[in-house]
Amino acid sequence: MTKPEKGMTLIVKTITRYTVGLILLFGIYIVLHGHLTPGGGFAGGVIIALSFIHLMLAFGKETALKKMSEKMSGVLESLGAIMFGTIGVLGLILGGYLFLNFITKQNPNPSSFFKLFSSGIIPLCNIAICLKVGAGLFGIFIALVFFKLTERKDND
Amino acid sequence: MIQVQVLLIFMIIGAVIAVELKDLLGAIVAVGAVGLGLAAAFLFLQAPDLSIVQIVVEILALIILIRAVGLTEKSSVRKSNWVSPALALMFIAVLLVFAYKALLDIPGFGSPILKVSQRYLFQGLKETGAANLVSAIILDYRALDTLGEATILFTAVIGVLAVIRKIGRKK
Repeated sequence: MTKPEKGMTLIVKTITRYTVGLILLFGIYIVLHGHLTPGGGFAGGVIIALSFIHLMLAFGKETALKKMSEKMSGVLESLGAIMFGTIGVLGLILGGYLFLNFITKQNPNPSSFFKLFSSGIIPLCNIAICLKVGAGLFGIFIALVFFKLTERKDND
Repeated sequence: MIQVQVLLIFMIIGAVIAVELKDLLGAIVAVGAVGLGLAAAFLFLQAPDLSIVQIVVEILALIILIRAVGLTEKSSVRKSNWVSPALALMFIAVLLVFAYKALLDIPGFGSPILKVSQRYLFQGLKETGAANLVSAIILDYRALDTLGEATILFTAVIGVLAVIRKIGRKK
């Protein structure tokens, strides 16, 4: 009896090695272009979390936790929440309203439409929501995996 | 609109199969078919933002469900009696009556009666600079609602982590 291999077969591992970076890049693209094309912080964050889950399913949990540990996901999620709240409070301080779009308020310029840096706080909010959603869902997945594994050991 | 109606019938059949199947893995596949049908329906209704979110969240939920089924290996068989179908039929009848009354009052498809949504459509690009109007509404005009949604998600994550961690430590 040999020890069972970590993760899935060689075919799945090879394909994963090629695709997981592309999935991560696609998630980052959707987040950064959230104010120009369909998508946004929520969808992009879930795609980024899915790329790490893909890694965990194919290679086993040690490899994925080396890239993004449980503590790291908690820190990133809190960072996203703090960033989103800070943007809102900055609008309150600078302009008098919570979540005021304080960056483009002075000079709305029609030539800047459809550019990457064109809509004030919206890309920043997208990045904050992406951090929060992606790290939060990946944290839930890690917690569920560990919970199921410990419960199974007790039953044996 | 015929595509959307075909997709709706497909989703209803998928949901019935998911409820009636004894095999849990097959039921999860049927649930996934319902979710992907919903994503395609959003695409036909010209809502690509919703479609992307639906397809991505559906896949994440399917991964978690399949993993849970593979670890438990229990099939759920409920004893059938006459009480629960009768209750279900009663609730369906009540729901249909009230849904019919409510649906008579909503405006027709594609003709909104709200003034504020027309302002969002015509002034959104000029006022926010975001070409994607959905982003412009949820992160600029209605960002306070997004803060509430983010708070709900944050609370849910903290709740799951706290509950699971406590059980893990006790054993």
